[in-house]
Amino acid sequence: MEFFAFFACFLLIRRLREFLKYSPLRAKWITTFTLSTWATIGIFILLRAPIDESVKLMIGTLVLIGMVLYAYREPDFEAMRPIIKDNFPLVAAMGLLVLLKLIDHVFPKAELYEKYDNYIKITVAAAFIWILARQAATKKQRKELDLINQQNLVLDKLVSQRTAELTKQKNELEQTLQLLQTTQQQLIQSEKLASLGELTAGIAHEIQNPLNFVNNFSEVSMELIDEMEQELSNGDKDEAMAIANDIKQNLEKIIHHGKRADGIVKGMLQHSRASNGVKELININTLADEYLRLAYHGLRAKDKSFNTEMVTHYDEQLPMVDILPQDIGRVLLNLFTNAFYAVQQKQKTAGSDYKPLVELLTEHLTSTSAGGWVIIKVKDNGNGIPDAIKDKIMQPFFTTKPTGEGTGLGLSMSYDIIVKGHGGTIEVNTQEGAYSEFIIKLPL
Amino acid sequence: MKILVVDDEADVQPLFVQRFRKEIKNGEFNFSFALSGEEALSYLAKNHSEIVLILSDINMPGMTGIELLSRIRHTYEKPPPLVMMITAYGDDENRSQAMQNGADDFLTKPLDFTLLKEKLKTLTIEPNG
Repeated sequence: MEFFAFFACFLLIRRLREFLKYSPLRAKWITTFTLSTWATIGIFILLRAPIDESVKLMIGTLVLIGMVLYAYREPDFEAMRPIIKDNFPLVAAMGLLVLLKLIDHVFPKAELYEKYDNYIKITVAAAFIWILARQAATKKQRKELDLINQQNLVLDKLVSQRTAELTKQKNELEQTLQLLQTTQQQLIQSEKLASLGELTAGIAHEIQNPLNFVNNFSEVSMELIDEMEQELSNGDKDEAMAIANDIKQNLEKIIHHGKRADGIVKGMLQHSRASNGVKELININTLADEYLRLAYHGLRAKDKSFNTEMVTHYDEQLPMVDILPQDIGRVLLNLFTNAFYAVQQKQKTAGSDYKPLVELLTEHLTSTSAGGWVIIKVKDNGNGIPDAIKDKIMQPFFTTKPTGEGTGLGLSMSYDIIVKGHGGTIEVNTQEGAYSEFIIKLPL
Repeated sequence: MKILVVDDEADVQPLFVQRFRKEIKNGEFNFSFALSGEEALSYLAKNHSEIVLILSDINMPGMTGIELLSRIRHTYEKPPPLVMMITAYGDDENRSQAMQNGADDFLTKPLDFTLLKEKLKTLTIEPNG
């Protein structure tokens, strides 16, 4: 009879094991399952020895009860309780059989076992068949569950694969973004350098002139001193005094032109330096005039045949404006370069009647609120801007110049500097084939 | 000899006056000045017969020295003044343009006054040379 108990134990372990096949708990329990299987088989074989049937029955029943109770109370097997519960009828039947044996042992006269053992044995067999039937019934269910578990496993794998892919992509995107940000910085720097390149020739020319004066006035002053000595030895004191006066004036001119060269070099250094972000009160007339000259000579140095009339209307009453001089200087330089480029391009195709003209105007626009505005207008009578591209000219990288000649960043940076950096506006009036006029408004 | 110097830099004037101090004093040379091509033309319109030599900068705002030169060559046939062009851009293009338009000489800045003086003295010996 104890055979049923051992077989039920054996089956229970197998089913628990199958149940945990795809669970992370498998690793924890696999050794216990193997050991308990072998222990069950071992005890069963040991009980083949010639021992009293009652003892065999009792051991078998205890093993079964112990295992079922243990499994039932184990939290890890909570999900498998229905399977474990399938063993309860057998546990009850076997328990009853053992109980009868015990009663008979205490009260030999009762002979209950003799009387009822057949019924109970049938009950035990029925309970065992119940287990088998239940197992068969749940087999299909379990297979589906297995399938789901398997699918889950595949999905888990897939998800982790995708996650890895996404993480990789995210890292790549982050790297790309960083690269783009670095590139942007480099582009801004190269735009600055490009405009500095355009300036260099103009600057060289602008420095050469005052240097020539410094050299010439120094030389002539030396000659004058010789003459003065001569006049003194001749006794012509008045003439010597006149010469001395000339020398003094020359020295003043030397200082003046030395300072002029100094100012140009300082302006150049300021342009190439990163903006320190500190706004200063600046006379726009002076700043614009300086950059107009530099832009003109810069272009002249590249194209010697180029010449244009430049007309300036400076508002002498223009108030000082709180600005970043390097940044606004860059904007002005850009607008002047564009204006010169426009008239230069038109000069190439237009007849000899065409007179290139670049105009620069500053004015103070009073308004009801606060101090009003300072207006800077840069106008050229070049080819103008076609309507089709008018909306695009402030976009980064948009350029009509041949590849390699323009970065396409000039106006977009100008827009950023004026609008975002100074709270001003930048507008364009243009007529194709006739003129372009850029109007900058800076708040006071 | 009367010389007209055309340059947009005003400080060129005292420089010439001082460099040619002795010559001016001796009455060898007499300098007039113009700050632009336009000014030079209006000066010439009044006094062209006196002027023997014109020294002109090429690179000036408005009318360039080359334009001035070509105007002079087209307007004044007799007696044709000598015209020397001066420029900071001492390149071949400028030189050939100047020569094509009938310049008598081409000088580069910074001006070598010793050389200029020699050239002018040769001219004084052989006027209209």
